[in-house]
Amino acid sequence: MKLLFLVWSNLKRRKLRTSLTLLSIFVAFLLFGLLCTIENAFTAGVTMAGADRLIVRHKVSLLVSLPMTYGPRMERIPGVVSATHSTWFNGIYQNEPKNFFPSIPVEPEPFLEMYPEYVLPADQKQAWLQTRTGAVIGRQLAERFGWKIGDRVPLTSPIWPRKEEGAWEFDIVGIYDAGKKSTDTSGFFFRYDYFDEARAYGQGEVGWYYVQVENPERADEVARAIDAEFANSPYETKTEPEGAFAQGFIQQVGNIGTILIAILSAVFFTILLVAGNTMAQAVRERTGELGVLKAVGFSDGLVLALVLAESCLLAALGGLTGLGAAWLVTVRGSPVPTMLPVFYLPNEDLLLGVGLVVVLGVVTGIVPAIQAMRLPVAVALRRNA
Amino acid sequence: MSGQNGILVKVKDVEKTFRRGSEEIHVLSGLNLEVAEGEFLALMGPSGSGKTTLLNLIGGLDRPTSGSLEVSGERIDQMSGRQLAEWRARHVGFVFQFYNLLPVLTAERNVELPLLLTHLTKAQRRRHVHTALEVVGLSHRARHYPHTLSGGEQQRVGIARAIVTDPTMILADEPTGDLDRKSGDEILSLLQALNREHGKTIIMVTHDPHASARATRTVHLDKGQLSMEAPA
Repeated sequence: MKLLFLVWSNLKRRKLRTSLTLLSIFVAFLLFGLLCTIENAFTAGVTMAGADRLIVRHKVSLLVSLPMTYGPRMERIPGVVSATHSTWFNGIYQNEPKNFFPSIPVEPEPFLEMYPEYVLPADQKQAWLQTRTGAVIGRQLAERFGWKIGDRVPLTSPIWPRKEEGAWEFDIVGIYDAGKKSTDTSGFFFRYDYFDEARAYGQGEVGWYYVQVENPERADEVARAIDAEFANSPYETKTEPEGAFAQGFIQQVGNIGTILIAILSAVFFTILLVAGNTMAQAVRERTGELGVLKAVGFSDGLVLALVLAESCLLAALGGLTGLGAAWLVTVRGSPVPTMLPVFYLPNEDLLLGVGLVVVLGVVTGIVPAIQAMRLPVAVALRRNA
Repeated sequence: MSGQNGILVKVKDVEKTFRRGSEEIHVLSGLNLEVAEGEFLALMGPSGSGKTTLLNLIGGLDRPTSGSLEVSGERIDQMSGRQLAEWRARHVGFVFQFYNLLPVLTAERNVELPLLLTHLTKAQRRRHVHTALEVVGLSHRARHYPHTLSGGEQQRVGIARAIVTDPTMILADEPTGDLDRKSGDEILSLLQALNREHGKTIIMVTHDPHASARATRTVHLDKGQLSMEAPA
């Protein structure tokens, strides 16, 4: 600790160069934090996916419906605990396309049982069961539109018009919270019986099924059994684990993970060169001083440690403030809740960032540090003269 | 502290060869020298005669190609790099021609550097630094950075750094080489006082006969060998 002032003084030697390097590192780690947050937002569905849940959809496309009668048949297949369904409603509030959010008709009880991560108070659940037009919404959605329990909300759907003219009317009966950090609370769930009765067409059809399996390790086997059950029928199915289903959904946008890794690799490679160059210059221009330190008794190992400490301090100052800034940005919530409802910097990514700070410090400092360590003291002093 | 018969430094049959490409340069050839404890020795000679190389060998900054080097009875030519660094910290104070102060540190921080390798507390280090700066008459400039000090003052800070650990000997390489006559005289007087009043053994490399006149003994080097010896 008593040598820290020496490390700090060396960093202050060229204030402009150090500041610019710090700024580059800061920006790189800010970018890292934000890109990790975005990647996490895209893959929240995969993270949230239960290992014991399967998604069953029409073999041709998610847009083709399945009959409601499939549910009980699935429940008879060995290894299946329960099956429930959903349909994509695509609701829009006040006829404004920007007022879009996930809206889905479900069967309240089986759905809440299958998704315990949607935390709904018991009295609100009861109210939902008793109110045919009742809807349960996520906390984030409630805050976005300022909705509260008791509000009547009209929605229109470009896919599902009503038999009678006019908008769909829903009564907010509950607001659910996230059971996990990765749980999306921007959803709008309402009762399937109300939806099925009032829609203009498609009665008795559903979009897809959620199936809970007894043993996650046998999920593939159960999936094959479900698809076999409905093979050669007009409604053949494609069954896959919920995580794979979510992954497939994301990949319609592109391989987000690969894109982000490519960007981050380019950024870190550049930063490695910038910080590495700073350290190399910093050591080269004070060869004589290193000679003096060795002359007064600093060992080669201690000189190596001092140079490494300097590069690590540089990386830590820039990197940790960058990560901190990214965390501060994300802690305020999503700037685009419609597109990225789950928006936070996961702890694993923060830890990865801290690890990268250490790697950056060591990698940029190790070569100049070894050079400084190996520098013969008489040679160093002669260069200074 | 000294070896046998009050001899502090014993250089025996020392050779030092440097390699420049395929060429071998013999800087010191079979050199023998003894320095007594409490002596103020001036090493003189033309450029390239091997004065600084000899000083570096005695100070453990370099190793001889062959021969032996004994200081206070210890064979420093047989020490490992780490042992040598520890030995330098305990036994040698260096004074350089161009002062070699760290520009990012104040005078007192520069003087404190060798003490950072000891187990002294912060308060103890501060006391030692203050004493060393008082000895060289610069305690009032303790918080000044080197670039705000004159050449003579910077060299006095360099001397304070050399004496702060109370080393066995002080090795000075052209300590007045970069100073005007007046400042040079002040530095020489300071070195002389350290030798006479504090009993410090000093080995000083110089070109300047005026400087060597302050020493208790002068030896001349030429082409890597002692050419003559003259008591002051």
